[in-house]
Amino acid sequence: MSAATATSTPVVHIDNIVAGYLPGVNILNGCSLVAEQGELIGIIGPNGAGKSTLLKAIFGQVNVRSGSVMLEGEDITGLRANKLVARGVGMVPQNNNVFPSLTIEENLQMGLYQRPGAYKERLEFVTGIFAELGKRLKQRAGSLSGGERQMVAMSRALMMNPKVLLLDEPSAGLSPVRQDEAFIRVSEINKAGVTTIMVEQNARRCLQICDRGYVLDQGRDAYTGTGRELLGDPKVTELYLGTLGT
Amino acid sequence: MDWLQIFSNSASSILSPATMAYALAALGLAVHFGFAGLLNMGIAGFMALGAYGYAISILTFGFPWWGGVLVGMGAAAVFALILGIPTLRLRGDYLAIVTIAAAEVVRLLFLTTAFDPVTGSADGLSGYHTSFRASNPIPAGTYGFGPWTFNAVDWWVRILGIVALALAVLVVWRLMASPWGRVLKGIREDEDAVRSLGKNVFQYKMQALVLGGVIAAVGGIVYALPSAVSPGVYVTSLTFFVYTALLLGGAATVFGPLIGSLIFWVLQTLLSNVLPAMVAAGVLPFMSQIQASTLRFILVGIALMLLVIFRPQGILGNKKELTFVK
Amino acid sequence: MSNNSSARRPKSKATTTASQEPKAPSAADDTHVMPSKPVERAKSTGLHIGEAAPGVAKVDPIIVADGIRRTFGGLTAVDVEHLEIPRGAITALIGPNGAGKTTLFNLLTGFDKPDAGTWIFDGTSLSGVPAFKVSRMGQVRTFQLTKALGLLTVVENMKLGAKGQKGESFWQSLIPGIWRKQDEEIEERAMELLAKFKLDAKADDFAASLSGGQRKLLEMARALMSQPQLVMLDEPMAGVNPALTQSLLDKILDLKQEGMTVLFVEHDMHMVRHIADWVVVMAEGRVVAEGDPHTVMRDPAVIDAYLGAHQELDLGVVTGRYSADAADSTTDAAASTKVKASDLEAAGMAELEDTSK
Repeated sequence: MSAATATSTPVVHIDNIVAGYLPGVNILNGCSLVAEQGELIGIIGPNGAGKSTLLKAIFGQVNVRSGSVMLEGEDITGLRANKLVARGVGMVPQNNNVFPSLTIEENLQMGLYQRPGAYKERLEFVTGIFAELGKRLKQRAGSLSGGERQMVAMSRALMMNPKVLLLDEPSAGLSPVRQDEAFIRVSEINKAGVTTIMVEQNARRCLQICDRGYVLDQGRDAYTGTGRELLGDPKVTELYLGTLGT
Repeated sequence: MDWLQIFSNSASSILSPATMAYALAALGLAVHFGFAGLLNMGIAGFMALGAYGYAISILTFGFPWWGGVLVGMGAAAVFALILGIPTLRLRGDYLAIVTIAAAEVVRLLFLTTAFDPVTGSADGLSGYHTSFRASNPIPAGTYGFGPWTFNAVDWWVRILGIVALALAVLVVWRLMASPWGRVLKGIREDEDAVRSLGKNVFQYKMQALVLGGVIAAVGGIVYALPSAVSPGVYVTSLTFFVYTALLLGGAATVFGPLIGSLIFWVLQTLLSNVLPAMVAAGVLPFMSQIQASTLRFILVGIALMLLVIFRPQGILGNKKELTFVK
Repeated sequence: MSNNSSARRPKSKATTTASQEPKAPSAADDTHVMPSKPVERAKSTGLHIGEAAPGVAKVDPIIVADGIRRTFGGLTAVDVEHLEIPRGAITALIGPNGAGKTTLFNLLTGFDKPDAGTWIFDGTSLSGVPAFKVSRMGQVRTFQLTKALGLLTVVENMKLGAKGQKGESFWQSLIPGIWRKQDEEIEERAMELLAKFKLDAKADDFAASLSGGQRKLLEMARALMSQPQLVMLDEPMAGVNPALTQSLLDKILDLKQEGMTVLFVEHDMHMVRHIADWVVVMAEGRVVAEGDPHTVMRDPAVIDAYLGAHQELDLGVVTGRYSADAADSTTDAAASTKVKASDLEAAGMAELEDTSK
């Protein structure tokens, strides 16, 4: 779990950001988030709450109108994507996340483009977590299913040894069995030391594996606490985990 | 520099057939691009079909001049149908590419020596004015005042040009103010939304393509009416000049094309007089007179770029309606 | 199993009796209660024949679909064997992301072509019918990403929705005398509807100036201009703030009251439980469950589809991040400690191998 002390700089510190795509319309209305070194942070909430927008705010893909985003103490608000990747922000979007005309191996190599590193070492690390990719390195990424592409996209982000990994709904489009597999993989990635922030629709699974969670509603942090606290909070359960099956 | 002569020439160009032809072509393009959102990069082809249709039907088939007009309009309509059926289902940029190619195909067909007896190939066509001049009701003489002094034949051309323009404006204005126009504006913004409301989107786009094409063809006829038909006129640059005139005035308005064409032609005439005069007077020592005259085309290109970037809605347009940056 | 929907039946109205047996509906059965609180309206029951299972026949179906398949590359987006949508009721189509709900919508409304399958709307086959014709036949849809035409005014948007306008024909539009009167009537109707949706004050504003929620209302109001039989709403609540949610829900209930059938796609379970008479659950392109809102949510197939296969496990305990005594209270802590993370991973990989063969 988090080894943060009161004086260490958090890896990511989002401070009260207001952001939106269209002029005059704000999706995030004052949202804050802290991710300490080595933590697995979950972001859940209903559709339209701004979860993906929060990730995009870190990655500079939405207009941040006030507030700031800090990466290890450095203000990265509004920086272009290439600069963020060079600084170690690894973004795994939900769609359009691989280069379909390239092979899996070539996609992974693209991960090192901005932040060159030891290719063999990183490849070993990545295929250690995603064994099935190791067997199919020469396969064209365009022939993969949505869930498989997610794996490739995640691996590519991992290749560059990111300071923080941003995951946008890693379980989306997956069958129940493969969803469990995905969550376990994310947990493994985090246990290997990668600070991870994940947005998820499957709230229960997300909270079960994360260290701390943020529940977003209408662009604000409605609730926050440790994963266990949120799982046990009846208000959160009622409103956000749905009462399916309970 | 003879300023009086320069201004006189420019003023007279307000009523020149070229101005009216451009106004008609720009109006046709307004229907295509401004109202329907169709990126037609081959408007020169429609103008060529109008002009050649007119001239060929008179010279080769012996039609009266008004028969030639009908043939020119019909040829444009057929061309629009042929072009539209495969391409209207394409994304906008593909339509642009296909229409440029189609217009060039038309021009090359008129240029090739294979059809020389009918088209005159590189020499073009002329001498088709007999029946037109015969139908002139104005008695011979010179009329007008100041820079707008023309003889009876010239006035006949201009009067018909104005009548054609007025009719076209009336038709387009009526259409866009009707429910038909409403559907077209909806299609320009979002085809699927309009489809979901039960409208046959393909049919509307086709109707817009034919209408705009026919109007542009009439422009081609007016251009050729007083003089000759030359294949060198209907090149891709012509399409871009028409776009410049259209965007200058306001692409999604009815009167924008008119104002834009007017300003465009007056400026063109002004520059074609001023620039060589400046060279002669020693103001532009690094150019020859011929180069100075061609300089105006460069300026048109620059003007087009600046318009698109900084004021795409033109003079009369509404900024919210027409911006290229989504 | 399939109902002969081509036989003209009287429109089934909502019955308030809580009977679970299938009943032949008749207009005389309309004992619809109007309580003082507008939201608490009674649900329709007795819509199905026999056991509530995927593909169950309906007493009075407005849509009967058979064998619909749509694949994208190697991925099967929709694979529905049989589905019937009950007339005059509000049906919810739910399922996790990627389940195929919007694809099914697009197929039924003609915005997409299936690889195979036939479906009948009110007795007429719709396979191969283009989208604009489907709309003219009484079926109208809204979109997930609202398509309110921003460059037209609100009232122009509304007028666009009306069917059979003489002024929309090319030649007739040139003579205002032909269509002027009809246009005025349409405008009156539009203003009435706008008033009901509380958008009349904005009639002459450009639709782009409306808020997101107002645009949703406009899209719905515009869809009603064509006086449809079936209204299909694609995620009507998406991105709408709670203040407007109630108003939207009421409007949907109003539709049913006026005799229309509603089919909507949603993620918001509260909304579904609130207003749906019938629920169809999709997952991975198939219909996995059907039934009334309360029982269907307890169906194990549905729970699996939404929340993952092993609901009894706490993945935090399985992965060793948390000890058994800190386990999620809805799970079986003991079972979680016994299961190995690597086994779950292997199960996932095995499924991947299976599907890629």
